[in-house]
Amino acid sequence: MDQLFNRISRMIKLEGSTKQRDDLYFITVRKEQLELLLSHLKNYEGFTHLAFLQAVDYIENNEFQLTYMLYNYDNRVNLGIKVFIDRDKSEMTSIHKLWPHAWQYQRELHELFGIDFPGSPRVHESFVLEGWEEIPPMRRDFDTKAYTERTFYPRPGRFTKDPKEYMKEKLYGNFAESPEIRKNND
Amino acid sequence: MDKKDIDEIEHQMKLANEGLPENERDLFADARPSKVESQNRYFERFRNWARSRSLWMLAFGTGCGATEIRPLMTSRYDMFRYGIAPRPTPRQASVFIVGGYASIKTIKRIVRSYEQMQGPKYVIALGSCTINGGMYYDSYNTIKRLDYYIPVDVYITGCMPRPEALIAGFNRLKEKIRAGECEGMNKYAENFDWYKNNQKQIIKDWNMPDYNW
Repeated sequence: MDQLFNRISRMIKLEGSTKQRDDLYFITVRKEQLELLLSHLKNYEGFTHLAFLQAVDYIENNEFQLTYMLYNYDNRVNLGIKVFIDRDKSEMTSIHKLWPHAWQYQRELHELFGIDFPGSPRVHESFVLEGWEEIPPMRRDFDTKAYTERTFYPRPGRFTKDPKEYMKEKLYGNFAESPEIRKNND
Repeated sequence: MDKKDIDEIEHQMKLANEGLPENERDLFADARPSKVESQNRYFERFRNWARSRSLWMLAFGTGCGATEIRPLMTSRYDMFRYGIAPRPTPRQASVFIVGGYASIKTIKRIVRSYEQMQGPKYVIALGSCTINGGMYYDSYNTIKRLDYYIPVDVYITGCMPRPEALIAGFNRLKEKIRAGECEGMNKYAENFDWYKNNQKQIIKDWNMPDYNW
């Protein structure tokens, strides 16, 4: 893998690389160089399978992290490629020309995170949320609890009682407050 | 009242079908569902007894509760000995089982299937998700209370309920049918505007007729 990283870093700038397991590596690259790197990995290094494409919302740094997970069938290595993009102007180059099935991931990311992929087929159609009007729900500034309580008629929950007070009330009722009981207890 | 007033009232009683495109509105019925009253009390009791002996349920797996229907069908729990059989289409079914959580996309199909079923029709709701949201209590996409959208006859608690609990729920439904308490269809027809209002508040892209005959 070191040879591979050397070859890659001669071509583009590597922002960082970590080894998680013997068969799982992560590298971080810049947004503009991603397409070049992916096509190189697919055509020359044998990473022919795009396993998934997912996003994480780092609201503290005001950016999204996209992870492109590739798999090499020859030496059975997973390689995750991380890209950070701006959260306010979230836009990313579409990779549906390299892997045609990527349009589905991109459509899902557009709906749940609001990340736009210009040129990706059917990216603006709704996927699981039909007729959604709020901000995309997987963004961390979307308050799901407040939204559900506003929308879905919450059922009133259970209530608890103090056992001592409750049994006193149930067994003796108003009689518990009478002076005779007080005197015997004291 | 002259004829003009009657025409006006009839026009108001019709459904607008505003979700459909203009050229398709003629293709769908615009009548409201109406309440069905039995004429003969004793004959209705006999019919309720007969209905409770032959429940045909809609095999529409909504949510994870659909996994509990398979052991119920097969030889170990064998629901056929209780007179319960699955049917593939809502037109032939009389019991609708909502198995667990219902997302907004599913509740649209649930409403549509429920309205297409022929009366008398009954609804069994499985799992705590249909009662108060269950483990999806703070999900942006899952409803909390099913009885705000369609009338429910029997709730079965659990996450998920075992097939024994399902059989107990079916037996409870049979008791209710024999006692003549399962009036969900009439309840839906009486409170039609309330149910439609609740449904349209969460289903934002309403692109079907207001009542699916």
